[in-house]
Amino acid sequence: MQQVVFILKKELQDFFISPIAYIVMTVFLLVTGWLFFSAFFVFDQADMRNFFNLLPMTFAFVIPAITMRLFAEEMSTGSYETLLTLPVTFRDIILGKYLAGLALVAALLLPTLSYPLFISFMGELDWGPVIGGYIGALFMGAAFTGVGLFASALTRNQIIAFITGAVICFALTVIERMLFFVPGALLKIVSQLGASLHFQNIARGIIDSRDLIYFVSVAFLGLYASHLVMQEKK
Amino acid sequence: MIQVEDLTKFYNDLCAVDHISLEIPKGEIMGLLGPNGAGKTTTLRMLTGYFKPTSGRIRIKDHDVDEQPVAVKGLIGYLPESAPLYPGMLVYDYLSYIADIRGLRGEAKIARIRDLVDHCGLHDIMHKTIGELSKGLKQRVGLAHAMMSDPEILILDEPTSGLDPNQIVEIRDIIRAIGQEKTVILSTHILSEAEATCDRIVIINKGRIVADDRTANLKNATGGMRQISLGLQNATEADTLQTLGTLEGVADVTARPNADDGVLDVTLTCRSGSDPRAAIYAAVKATDWILLEFVQHARDLESIFRELTKEN
Repeated sequence: MQQVVFILKKELQDFFISPIAYIVMTVFLLVTGWLFFSAFFVFDQADMRNFFNLLPMTFAFVIPAITMRLFAEEMSTGSYETLLTLPVTFRDIILGKYLAGLALVAALLLPTLSYPLFISFMGELDWGPVIGGYIGALFMGAAFTGVGLFASALTRNQIIAFITGAVICFALTVIERMLFFVPGALLKIVSQLGASLHFQNIARGIIDSRDLIYFVSVAFLGLYASHLVMQEKK
Repeated sequence: MIQVEDLTKFYNDLCAVDHISLEIPKGEIMGLLGPNGAGKTTTLRMLTGYFKPTSGRIRIKDHDVDEQPVAVKGLIGYLPESAPLYPGMLVYDYLSYIADIRGLRGEAKIARIRDLVDHCGLHDIMHKTIGELSKGLKQRVGLAHAMMSDPEILILDEPTSGLDPNQIVEIRDIIRAIGQEKTVILSTHILSEAEATCDRIVIINKGRIVADDRTANLKNATGGMRQISLGLQNATEADTLQTLGTLEGVADVTARPNADDGVLDVTLTCRSGSDPRAAIYAAVKATDWILLEFVQHARDLESIFRELTKEN
């Protein structure tokens, strides 16, 4: 377990050494901030529903950009070999990298906490959905980070890792809007696969174990698949 | 210390390592030699547990590499070819990270990093990023990385490639110093290096072991096949061949006039075990030739290597 902490620490350090973390954060804050506040004053309502509506889509692109380097960069510089010959298990490596990615997602959300603060000065803000929204955002971030990590483990090319991760996350996000094309028999199953649906449930302030289990399962699948990929690469 | 049994590795259809068996005792410096693509790096990668063998077993101390990879990795310090380290990290941060992972804490960690900095000459570069370093300096950081936990086994893949002659001598000295108490395995395609540092040399070609012996034996085994070069003035090719070719102990004579000064360059190959130098001198003395050169070459590792690894 200690090894996980060392790897996590090192990966976090790496995020802030490379410009990627700063670029991704800037883009994320700019896009969400502009999209949210440009509509905010039109609706003239003191809530954050619009922000959380946009979040699944922005996360689908921003999180793979964070996770793309985790494995791909190591494989392209060759440091993957040095890492794998240190006394650490695959599990230590995957968990360390995953938690580092998740920590960065949390860091990404941190500045947006100022939005509800400002809004609460302007009107009566119902804090329930806001807290639910942030909890949901963390769980969704956990799921997408797992997917992104898997995409990164597949290739030594960071761009391919980004696109693969973004495509999977995007598909999970929009799947419930495509239900029209799904045959009736599968409808029930497929409708449960969408990330937005589960996220919106939590963001309404209803914390249902089914929604949490969904995100945890996606994250776990991502980590397990990464483990299989590492095993295969030996 | 290290037992390798019947190790084989296939990349799809390509056989990179073909049924290699080796036993490496404690405290030996073993050199793995071979032309490019012979399977040196693949063999080392399997020893370190980075690659999984297609078949065969590797035991290191009492651990099977496949079953207890973490225990084995704890025993081994490994420097991959061209030292792929994190280019964005500072040297100090990197060494500190490796010390953490290797289980060094507090005072012991600081002391060990200090030792390695002295040992590998890293004083001036501790606060530079690894990506900025020249190849030789990076190699030294890699060496410090490999030696961090004072491992019982040190595996170095082409440790001196890309270094200048001074750095090569330095790294060789470091390797020899370590080799007094540790087991060292290094791969190289530079023969003089293996000759200078290794107790034992294993030559592999196309994934198979073609020679495995103590360095001294390997050179002596063929030492009988000596070659002697002569430089003769006033001599003709036909006369030389006739006079020297019939001597006892001479297997073969070639003679060719040197285009620059007309001196006849003669090369004599001796039968193994014989020493015809005195007879050659007597034969030359009996003629009116002028002897300008008389040099004996022991067949060096290079020719052994070429012979063992040449095509077909």
